[in-house]
Amino acid sequence: MTTWIDIGSLEDIPQRGARVVKTAMGCVAVFRTARDEVFALSDRCPHKGGPLSEGIVHGKSVTCPLHNWVFSLETGQAQGADEGLVPTYPARVEGSRILLDATQLARRSAA
Amino acid sequence: MTQKLVVIGAGMASGRVLEHLFEAGADYDVTLFNAEPRGNYNRIMLSPVLSGDKTYEEIVTHDHAWYAAHGVACRFSEHVVKIDRDRKIVVGENGEVAYDKLLIATGSAPFIIPVAGKDLPGVISYRDLDDANAMIGAAAMGGSAVVIGGGLLGLEAAAGLKNRGMDVTVIHLMGHLMERQLDPSAGYLLQRELEQRGIKVHCKGATKAILGHDRAEAVLLEDGTVYPADLVVMAVGIRPETRLAVDAHLEVARGIVVSDQMVTSDPDVLAVGECVEHDGQLFGLVAPLYDQAKVVARTLQAEPAAFRPVQTATKLKVTGCDLFSAGDFAEAEGREDIVFRDPARGLYKRLVIERDRLIGAVMYGDTADGNWFFGLIKDGTEIEAMRETLIFGPAYQGGAAMDPTAAVAALPADAEICGCNGVCKGRIVEAITGGATTLDAVRAQTKASGSCGTCTGLVEQVLAVTLGDDFVMPAAKPVCACTELTHEDVRRMIKSQELKSMAAVMQELGWKTSCGCHVCRPALNFYLLADWPLDYQDDPQSRFVNERKHANIQKDGTFSVVPRMWGGLTNPRELRAIADAAEKYNVPTVKVTGGQRIDLLGVRGEDLPAIWADLNRAGLVSGHAYSKGLRTVKTCVGTDHCRFGTQDSTGLGVKLEKALWGSWTPHKVKLAVSGCPRNCAEATCKDVGIVCVDSGYQIGVGGAAGMDVKETERLADVKTEEEAIALTIAFVQLYRENAKYLDRPYKFIAKVGLDWVKARVVDDVANRAALIERFQLSQSVYQKDPWAEHVETERARYVPLANLMLEAAE
Repeated sequence: MTTWIDIGSLEDIPQRGARVVKTAMGCVAVFRTARDEVFALSDRCPHKGGPLSEGIVHGKSVTCPLHNWVFSLETGQAQGADEGLVPTYPARVEGSRILLDATQLARRSAA
Repeated sequence: MTQKLVVIGAGMASGRVLEHLFEAGADYDVTLFNAEPRGNYNRIMLSPVLSGDKTYEEIVTHDHAWYAAHGVACRFSEHVVKIDRDRKIVVGENGEVAYDKLLIATGSAPFIIPVAGKDLPGVISYRDLDDANAMIGAAAMGGSAVVIGGGLLGLEAAAGLKNRGMDVTVIHLMGHLMERQLDPSAGYLLQRELEQRGIKVHCKGATKAILGHDRAEAVLLEDGTVYPADLVVMAVGIRPETRLAVDAHLEVARGIVVSDQMVTSDPDVLAVGECVEHDGQLFGLVAPLYDQAKVVARTLQAEPAAFRPVQTATKLKVTGCDLFSAGDFAEAEGREDIVFRDPARGLYKRLVIERDRLIGAVMYGDTADGNWFFGLIKDGTEIEAMRETLIFGPAYQGGAAMDPTAAVAALPADAEICGCNGVCKGRIVEAITGGATTLDAVRAQTKASGSCGTCTGLVEQVLAVTLGDDFVMPAAKPVCACTELTHEDVRRMIKSQELKSMAAVMQELGWKTSCGCHVCRPALNFYLLADWPLDYQDDPQSRFVNERKHANIQKDGTFSVVPRMWGGLTNPRELRAIADAAEKYNVPTVKVTGGQRIDLLGVRGEDLPAIWADLNRAGLVSGHAYSKGLRTVKTCVGTDHCRFGTQDSTGLGVKLEKALWGSWTPHKVKLAVSGCPRNCAEATCKDVGIVCVDSGYQIGVGGAAGMDVKETERLADVKTEEEAIALTIAFVQLYRENAKYLDRPYKFIAKVGLDWVKARVVDDVANRAALIERFQLSQSVYQKDPWAEHVETERARYVPLANLMLEAAE
């Protein structure tokens, strides 16, 4: 079952930028690309825990601000020679509102 | 029946005609007139004779034996008085000769500018061996020479005279050297190279008069400059020598007009070489003259042939200057440039493209691919498919046949690599295996590429082939994977094409990704705001987090906060505000930085606007400890307290910091001002370091104390504080406008050279003022406290978008 919850307006996130949503399981980074696609990933680089929400967003990727690891926003997979996976969460845009799947976050928080 | 051919002029063109005729066994009795007391020699090699690399004997093409063997009646040292077309007779000083066919090959005469003193002894032109010998004779006496004309011939003369020990100045009317063959950038590199070899170059110099009583003593320019000159060489150009043809009432425009068959208006009179005009065009380079010679020979044998001029390329033979130009390289609508520069190696390559075809090429420093580019121009090859790597030459185009290294590898050991010094491949390989592993070493041991230098690329390839992976062929490094262009290319095109947005850059320069990456976007953002402060809107999303959040990110994701302390000065009120803020926001670490500031480490991101607001209230602003911009100006206490201080170093430090703060630069910029040579502020390892002395201020630039440690180099010594500030600002602006992103000033200076910097910042006062003006313009936009701005407008961005923990708790 999916329970979409409204976490804010698209305009609250700059294009090619991110904002953080606090959850019980830690921070989730919600990214907005240059084409207004929205992706939600754990705000923690698997390398040294860098805040991905502070990274530079390019195409459908983000570069961690600490050591320049690059991750796919779609899959959470580290790009290039680096290896690592960032948990991703369902996210979508309805009108100008951003929705996250609460059950996903809840299930994880329940686990 | 044997016909009588009379040839007037024994130059390279008519010499080639005779070769063709004799090879074909044509039935002619030939009489050859020449005003010079000798036959045909290789005029192109006059410069090596002048510079002493060759002797006259080595450049003779046809000697007496050759003329004798072919039955040529040589009438050397004899001027032709007139051509009598009615009687079909050539009248020489020593008598008449009848002809069935006449070939006029009178060549060209040097153009002498009509100024006072042009006829003084000591003023010579540069056309033939006698001129070269006159220069050699003059050079033997030493002294000064002035060469008027900065074209091919003038520069070769200048280099030759310098080689022979004279003080040489080149006066050139135009804005840059060899303007017909080179664009301004290549002209600049050439000028720099010549200047480094001690040849003075005066561009935009119009000669007013040659001064002297009994002989030339000096050259006076329109702007009043006077250059002493024991020898004046006029090399401003040539014009076709047409006097005989005019007197004979042949059709003459600028040159003797010839048909495609090289026949003049008289069917029995032909003309060839620099004296002719074909289809409105004159000819000065040897390749088309040889083509003409072929046609003349066939016409004389009554065979069909037609002269069709082809494009020509120029290689300059000034020892060591590797220079090539071909085609048309003027800027025009619908034309695009591909440019490659490597300032550190003095390399410059520019290709001009029109409708997917290469139409021009200018190269300086490495011309190995010149002939390949020339081929593309001549053939009109479509270059769309190889456009991205075109400038790197054939080696990057794939296909074994085009790989020059493979071609060099396949050469036999006795293949000649260096024509000037007669060095074959085997000799070079021998030197390399004997330990000469660099170009310089090979040059020193074998002299290969040591003369005209056009074979430098070949020698490098022999090195590459012989050493394999041990030889690193320097290559251009693109900004990132999004583009093939280098930082230097991008900067240049942002300026030249007036690209004022990131989208424009990516579109016009053919970015391969939709919105760049974390490597190129911060660089582009800087280049755009530095070049177009009023037009470009800064893009925070293209900045590294530190510059977006105006604080330094730490390994745990918290931030450090450093307020500005002007010149390292603070007071109890500021210290109290800092102490209060540290307590209020639970700052775990408070530390004094290397730049004399106080660092609050471990501030949570969402607290940043609040702590800034508190610090702002005490008058503290951002210290930019996180930016590629002005960081700190470190000072000592100077004259206020120190018993050794010579000037108010603290006061100057504060003034510099007030002038420079808030400016974005290619990398961080740190300054220091020391009050005396004891240098307590450690100014001699800063990007700009000023050491006060009794007589004023010593300004050093390009110091480093990070991954590299480097002492500053002296930019200038000045007397007043105002000058010290002006020079510092001008230097910073020069660095902002020209450096590669993430190059500290010492790297920038290493690439362009301190002299280049000095010329613009110190020597050229008008340019200094312009730099300062552009800096102030940029400061009018960017000198604002970002903390106050963000507290005001961006506060919301620093807190989480949503807090689901609260909802979960409900």
